[in-house]
Amino acid sequence: MTSADTAVSVEGLTKSYGAFAALKGVTFDIARGETFALLGPNGAGKSTTIEILEGYRDRTGGEARVLGVDPQHGGLEWKAKLGIVLQSSGESGNVTVREQLTEFANLYPNPRSVDEVIAAVGLEQKAGTRIKNLSGGQRRRVDVALGVVGRPELLFLDEPTTGFDPEARRAFWELIRGLKRDGTTILLTTHYLDEAAQLSDRAAVVAGGELVDIGPVHTLGPDEARVPIVRWSENGVVREQRTPDPGRVVADLFARLGEPAALEIVRPSLEDIYLELVSSYEREQEQVPA
Amino acid sequence: MTALTRTNPSPSSPAAGFGVGRTLRLGASRIAYETRIYFRQTDTLFFTFLFPVIMLTIFSVAFQGMGNVGANPDGTGGISQAAAYLPGMIAAGILLSGVQNLGVDIANERSDGTLKRLGGTPLPVLSYFFGKMGQVFVTSVLQIGLLLLVASVVFGVALPTDGGSWMTFAWVYVLGIATSAVLGIAISRLPRSGKSATAVIIPPILILQFISGVYLQFSLLPDWLQNVAGIFPLKWMGQGMRAVFLPESFAAVEPGGVWDLGSVAIALLVWLVAGLVVCRLTFRWIRKDS
Repeated sequence: MTSADTAVSVEGLTKSYGAFAALKGVTFDIARGETFALLGPNGAGKSTTIEILEGYRDRTGGEARVLGVDPQHGGLEWKAKLGIVLQSSGESGNVTVREQLTEFANLYPNPRSVDEVIAAVGLEQKAGTRIKNLSGGQRRRVDVALGVVGRPELLFLDEPTTGFDPEARRAFWELIRGLKRDGTTILLTTHYLDEAAQLSDRAAVVAGGELVDIGPVHTLGPDEARVPIVRWSENGVVREQRTPDPGRVVADLFARLGEPAALEIVRPSLEDIYLELVSSYEREQEQVPA
Repeated sequence: MTALTRTNPSPSSPAAGFGVGRTLRLGASRIAYETRIYFRQTDTLFFTFLFPVIMLTIFSVAFQGMGNVGANPDGTGGISQAAAYLPGMIAAGILLSGVQNLGVDIANERSDGTLKRLGGTPLPVLSYFFGKMGQVFVTSVLQIGLLLLVASVVFGVALPTDGGSWMTFAWVYVLGIATSAVLGIAISRLPRSGKSATAVIIPPILILQFISGVYLQFSLLPDWLQNVAGIFPLKWMGQGMRAVFLPESFAAVEPGGVWDLGSVAIALLVWLVAGLVVCRLTFRWIRKDS
């Protein structure tokens, strides 16, 4: 990728707090227009990474470019191209939704229409309500609205759908797809793997401050991890077999046992693959004490 | 939620400026926003905005029976308790509107994530300061206006009628409120959390009011306590306001027997400059590595 096509470029990124290494050399690029998800357990380094890229934290080592600028030295013009949805909102909120959005829109050179953004996050009925009187999920939608009102080129979403009900989450996905169609580059962290699968072009799994895997969501994990499992019950004992040819295994079973009890063929979900990635990383760490 | 449209109605010219004009325009818009929020917070309204009026009322009523202050041995002459308390209450109002209001307010904004969010937007720090200082100025003018109104209408205090006194009032007030606002921003760094903000900031300010001639007549305090109070700006604001509102004969009980407005100006200027330097050196949107 040339730098003109790259929205975010990170190489060998490290971050230490005293003796604790929160990031141990993370490398990835995000292309312009791409939606990229950072997955990982709590404390894996997702938020540290995103906050370094947003300019909130200084890195200890490595390189980082965000829209062509070192985020440690990003000025106002650089910030005008970013939209940031932080992990926690929790503002006192003695202003109404519309007042807050108007105030923030005012900060950007070319903002979206406030009413359009309020409609986009489904808060038309609450536009005149003070933010402190909203529910948690509604406040989160205000956060998202504040993140997109400045018409950002690059949008950071740090666990954006925490506290959303399933319906709001689906609606939020639609909103993100719309932004993506507009060419917005999006960096998303999430605990919800279905969310990453729904939205992102590529994802990276972070564990213990290291990048464990990166790629299009459906290619994550070792190939073996995606091998289907045939499971059945034989003489009251649950048996299972991993096989790339589940049809043949079932045919053999049928030939041997007749109709097998409790037969199922399971393709590992993204969640299974993810959990396997993280736990195999953790097993490795135990074997090689730091 | 619905999708956001792609259309980009007003592509602004790239040079549409991140200069001084924008900083001032955003600062003006912040003043309106901050002032609106100020009057929605009932606790600030009571402990900052109305406090001096309430204290003036309590002291004037409570000590009415003690007769006039500075009366002749035969009980004639002197000034009413309300008139004697007015200059100190004005000085206290200036201190509360600046130091207490901003100290607590900004500490809360740091703790509840408001500053972090603003730090991720293209809002210049200076515009934020203008917004805060403008809010302090607007609310403090209203507060002092209310104090003067209550003093003259309810308690019949005769206000100065000569231009010279009001000129003195103007410069002592402007210097006092600017110093207070700057010091408020500076001490907002001290509380480690929003919860502790009032506990950290209010007690020293209360003590300062007792030793600086707000609640107790300054000339009755022991010399060493007067000297301690003389380190801090409140004593000088009170002295300046006594020069404006008390009869000339009262200068005799001041230290040195004169109003000494030159020292008032110097003391407040020193605090103003010191406050500006501290703000410049210590203000950050967030504590970077917390």
